[in-house]
Amino acid sequence: MAESYRRSQWSNGLFILPYLSVFAVLLVFPLFWGAWLSLHKVDLFGPGRFVGLGNYTRVLADPVFLQALRNSIIFVLVSVPALVILGLFLALALNKTTRTTSFLRGLFFSSSVLSVTIVTLIWRFVFIPGDGLLAVISEQFGIQPVNFLSTSGWSLFSVGVATVWWCLGLPMMLFLAALQQIPNDLYEAAALDNASPWRVLTRVTLPSIARTIMLVTIIQIVMQFQLFGQAQIMTNGGPNGTSRPLVMYIYEVGFVRWDVGKAAAASEFLFLIILVAAMAQYVISSRKSEVSE
Amino acid sequence: MTDQTTYRPDALTGNRTLLVIAIILSVVMMAPVAWLVGLSIKDNKELMLGTESVFELPYTLVNYVNIIYSSQAFGWFFNSLVVAIGQTAGVLVLASLAGYAFARLEFPFRRTIFVIVLFGLAVPEQAVIIARHQMFNWFGLHNSFIGLMLPGMSSAFGVFLMTQFFKAIPKEIDEAALLDNASPLRIFWKVLLPLTLPAQATLGIFTFLHAWNDYWWPLISATKKEMFTLTIGIASSQTNFAQSEGLGFLSAQAVFASLPVLIVYVIFQRHIVTAVSGGAVK
Repeated sequence: MAESYRRSQWSNGLFILPYLSVFAVLLVFPLFWGAWLSLHKVDLFGPGRFVGLGNYTRVLADPVFLQALRNSIIFVLVSVPALVILGLFLALALNKTTRTTSFLRGLFFSSSVLSVTIVTLIWRFVFIPGDGLLAVISEQFGIQPVNFLSTSGWSLFSVGVATVWWCLGLPMMLFLAALQQIPNDLYEAAALDNASPWRVLTRVTLPSIARTIMLVTIIQIVMQFQLFGQAQIMTNGGPNGTSRPLVMYIYEVGFVRWDVGKAAAASEFLFLIILVAAMAQYVISSRKSEVSE
Repeated sequence: MTDQTTYRPDALTGNRTLLVIAIILSVVMMAPVAWLVGLSIKDNKELMLGTESVFELPYTLVNYVNIIYSSQAFGWFFNSLVVAIGQTAGVLVLASLAGYAFARLEFPFRRTIFVIVLFGLAVPEQAVIIARHQMFNWFGLHNSFIGLMLPGMSSAFGVFLMTQFFKAIPKEIDEAALLDNASPLRIFWKVLLPLTLPAQATLGIFTFLHAWNDYWWPLISATKKEMFTLTIGIASSQTNFAQSEGLGFLSAQAVFASLPVLIVYVIFQRHIVTAVSGGAVK
């Protein structure tokens, strides 16, 4: 075979040069520049002066940040299990190819292709007091509905409902793909033993897709920690910041109050959280299947 | 979607109770959408008196007609189209070149560079936003099409996906071309690239949808109303919906804005699902 193709050559690297330049300028550089900014007092007008970890201590001492961090964690703790359990349920229910199940799979995934603005509009029209779908329905039953979007506790919950509705398709599809991979002979053996459906589920199906369950959970943790648009549009973080997530804090500090250094420091915290989750994801996915070099 | 499924002796497969629950869930899931569509075909004045009129005649298309007269929505639509198409083209070119090199060629530091690029998958956009915003300020790229297109092109996802696709092509194919002393560029262009067309479609549709739906970057970069994308435009008219356009008009605008993605979804469902699940399992 022509050796030039296999041999290591600088000229071959030219193929990655275009992407690598974009990657370096738009991702790698901002990553380090952001870290640099987080160590400086910066505002709109100038580069500012070195303040060491001052921005970090300011962020950690900010009750608004702590509240946002807490909101994000609560949001992840509630929405991720809901997504995993519902996704797994739908995958189990639709794991057979008929017209009906194909249609339903398509339907459950369809909301994922909508933009966050459409999703929030749809759900605001469900939740708004007086005119919303829920209000209209509860009036039929003579119930006085809660003002979901501006009652503390309910507001973050409403954002969660819209989010689960929006994001459900991906876990379902990933679980479906995993269910297809389970070898048939496992089920045949179970059938020979006359195992009950519940036993088959807990002894064969779930253990076989344990790795996927872990992966889906981590993917969803990463995604839901990045919650922003739904909260910003539906509740604007209210009332009293009870539905303001971490990313919205970064947005407000950086682009509303223009405290650039502080926002950069806050985004480093977010980066750290996501990084840990991504590493976990990498470790789990490379454990079994051979990940590309 | 995986259609090669044969019947599996899985106790839950084809379980009627589960299917019935799934059908009920699908109705619950679609109810808000039906509500939105219902609102969109009602006259705004009638809705002001009470939205329960959605369940009664008469219906009208006046809200959709009004979109045509609202030049803004069309301008935003056009902006979204330019940004999404531009970003998609950029991603396809960059990712194909890089994917080919990572999958087939040898060059110094190949493995190291690939690992660094993979690492890029773990960087959330929100973590680099402050620095990116400053950089784009330096170059005066805010409120420009290029400025809206560029950040999406740095995503490592496309490179990763294309590397996988190029690896899946049997090596014998390039080896046959090598016998004719073809250069790497020629093999890429003439031999392998045509074989990746389905992959290009998958990545292309995925990138297009992603760009079309992006909220975070345009919100920060496009601050002038005439540079809004449709996603941002809808959000901006939504924030003051109480006083302005009315529920019916906003609903119609939302239906109008989702039609392109829903059409793309219905036609290319298989590609989208492949890209989305392939990307998630990195």
